[in-house]
Amino acid sequence: MTEPIRASIESSLTTGDWYAASTQMRRLLLASPNAATAHFILRCFEVEALRSTCTDVRVVFLRSFTLEPAMPLLRAAAVLNGLRLSVQLSDFNTYSQEVLDPGSRMYKFDPEVVILAIQAQDLVPELWYRYAELDAAAVDEKVEAAEAILAELIRAFRHYHRAHLIVHNLEIPSVAASGILDAQSDAGQAQAIRRINHAMVKIANQTPGVYVLDYDALVSRYGRLHWRDEQKWLSARMPISAGCLGYLAAEYVRFLIPLAGRTCKALVVDLDNTLWGGLIGEDGLSGIQLGPEYPGAAFLNLQRAILDLYRRGIILAICSKNNAGDALEALENHPHMLLRPHHFAAMRINWNDKAQNLREIATELNIGIGALGFLDDSPEEREQVGRQLPEVCVIDLPKDPMGFSTALRECPAFERLSLSAEDLQRSGYYAGERQRKGLAEQAPSLEEFYRSLDICVEIGPVDADSLKRVAQLTQKTNQFNLTTRRYTEQQITELLHLADWYVYYLRAADKFGDNGIVGVAMTRKVGENMEIDNLLLSCRVVGRSIETAFLAHLAQEALQQGFHLLRGWFVTTRKNAVSKNFYSSHGFHPVSTQPNGETLWEFDLSKGQIHCPEWIRCSVPIQCLR
Amino acid sequence: MSALDLEARVYSIVAELFNVRIDNLMPESSPKTIESWDSTGHLDLVLALEQEFGVQFSPDQMDQMMNLNTIVEILAAMKPVGR
Repeated sequence: MTEPIRASIESSLTTGDWYAASTQMRRLLLASPNAATAHFILRCFEVEALRSTCTDVRVVFLRSFTLEPAMPLLRAAAVLNGLRLSVQLSDFNTYSQEVLDPGSRMYKFDPEVVILAIQAQDLVPELWYRYAELDAAAVDEKVEAAEAILAELIRAFRHYHRAHLIVHNLEIPSVAASGILDAQSDAGQAQAIRRINHAMVKIANQTPGVYVLDYDALVSRYGRLHWRDEQKWLSARMPISAGCLGYLAAEYVRFLIPLAGRTCKALVVDLDNTLWGGLIGEDGLSGIQLGPEYPGAAFLNLQRAILDLYRRGIILAICSKNNAGDALEALENHPHMLLRPHHFAAMRINWNDKAQNLREIATELNIGIGALGFLDDSPEEREQVGRQLPEVCVIDLPKDPMGFSTALRECPAFERLSLSAEDLQRSGYYAGERQRKGLAEQAPSLEEFYRSLDICVEIGPVDADSLKRVAQLTQKTNQFNLTTRRYTEQQITELLHLADWYVYYLRAADKFGDNGIVGVAMTRKVGENMEIDNLLLSCRVVGRSIETAFLAHLAQEALQQGFHLLRGWFVTTRKNAVSKNFYSSHGFHPVSTQPNGETLWEFDLSKGQIHCPEWIRCSVPIQCLR
Repeated sequence: MSALDLEARVYSIVAELFNVRIDNLMPESSPKTIESWDSTGHLDLVLALEQEFGVQFSPDQMDQMMNLNTIVEILAAMKPVGR
């Protein structure tokens, strides 16, 4: 009976114990995933304190089957992950009209996410119902026709609207029309549907903001025969059994979280009984459980899952109650340890309160508390963190360590829908940053530190490869940003067509790794002067004199083009105090101040020079150096 | 599981699903007396009961399940899973 849990949730809500209420709601939905539970949870979230923490998302379902019963479960699962959904369901099988008619009900709803939930029996009925009548050529023809329909739908959708589009791939029948014979030929029914699915991935990849939901894999994960309810399909066009609706809802949430930007950037892990079995301080290096054999295999499995997240660009950090020396020895020297110190961007190995440690980690990494995920085997630590820092995503682990890796892999907060080259290297940059800080503390002077880093920068005019990242930097950088003027890819492309504008990217690397493109400068000719419209650096590399190298490059370019005066704008914002003295510290003089507070600075290139710091190697393609 | 338990679980689901007070429910309660028990609500109810009791109703049973008394009778005959 779920009655006592509901009563307990209601009393937690009345006393304002949001942590207890939301934890219990999660458990209730897991134990009893049905519409009654879902409606109960949705009513609980009408409390203002919970409601206000959520992001609103408008979703449209274009579908060829009954999806209504999944909607309450979806809305409940979403709200437990901080998303309040407004949902519009299309009529059955009207997806072509909805997509192709710019005045359709879907476009009027102006959705942020559209989900195309289709089945093979509706998209290509011949392949599903009359497969046995088709010869190989006819099968090819049907496959190509289906691919053409999908390509046209996706093209038209992107032409009319900018919402994200998630497309279900097609489910394979549990028993093929020709039985075991089906697997004996390339023109088999299952193979034909897989070909359409394969083509769907290609089409989606060619169109920005279009993603594939691997519905066939979802169905097989839970079992085709268990998933499908033939009676409901034949009587109510509802193909999914009651027990599996919750799994579909959960899969949608995995897409909605990254689309709504509610993902975690970093994972903070405990050590004892999480990364390995036992206590390093008591059991010692040879006593802890970690390795290919049971029981250490469970912990090795969890480390593999964590390493997979690291490779997805998730930053790793440690928060453990231990003596740092003991813990580091294990991380450095244990023969089966997969995660080594160089994987971690921050470490808090001490006896302090974990919530305080997490706050410090967020500050050190320069990310919000809400971007942290927390992995700890101890329910007490999880509860303490969950109560003190409700924004942190606390991962609920089972008691048995053999279930740890699955629990982490299923956590939707680490889902990503695409990975840029920068994403792939991010976790490495941050981990390198911890080592840089260690070096800075040891170095006798700042200059010694700079020298020991072995920095090189590559500065070049923006090109097709760097355009996306350059635009992204102008949009996202707040701190070292002289004017905080934002530009889209489109606007930068337009500026480049004008003869008097120059846009430069800066890429930086040092002995701890390649930081990628981390700087942008934009200059324009204004009469007799070269004017710096903006110069910015990612906070990742601020404080290493790279900005001076960038400015020296701009000065040199200006001289080569025959300019003697280099001018630059500074616009104060709430966040760019760190760049306030940039021009004055490089020998610029103030020229004028606009009524709106913007200041113009000037450097006379005929009277002085701006030198690139001698410890920075400049303008060499970075690939050659590494 | 006693018949009383089964009835209590059915009533609790109906009350939650259709947002009505459990005290107002009677064996005769039906789509005629509960406003949100429309055709979509009926499918929600059938699936919620299937999930809760681990059973699967036939299309004929779904057509018959139009008041709480019949629902409890049909479920009792199916020997649902207890909790």
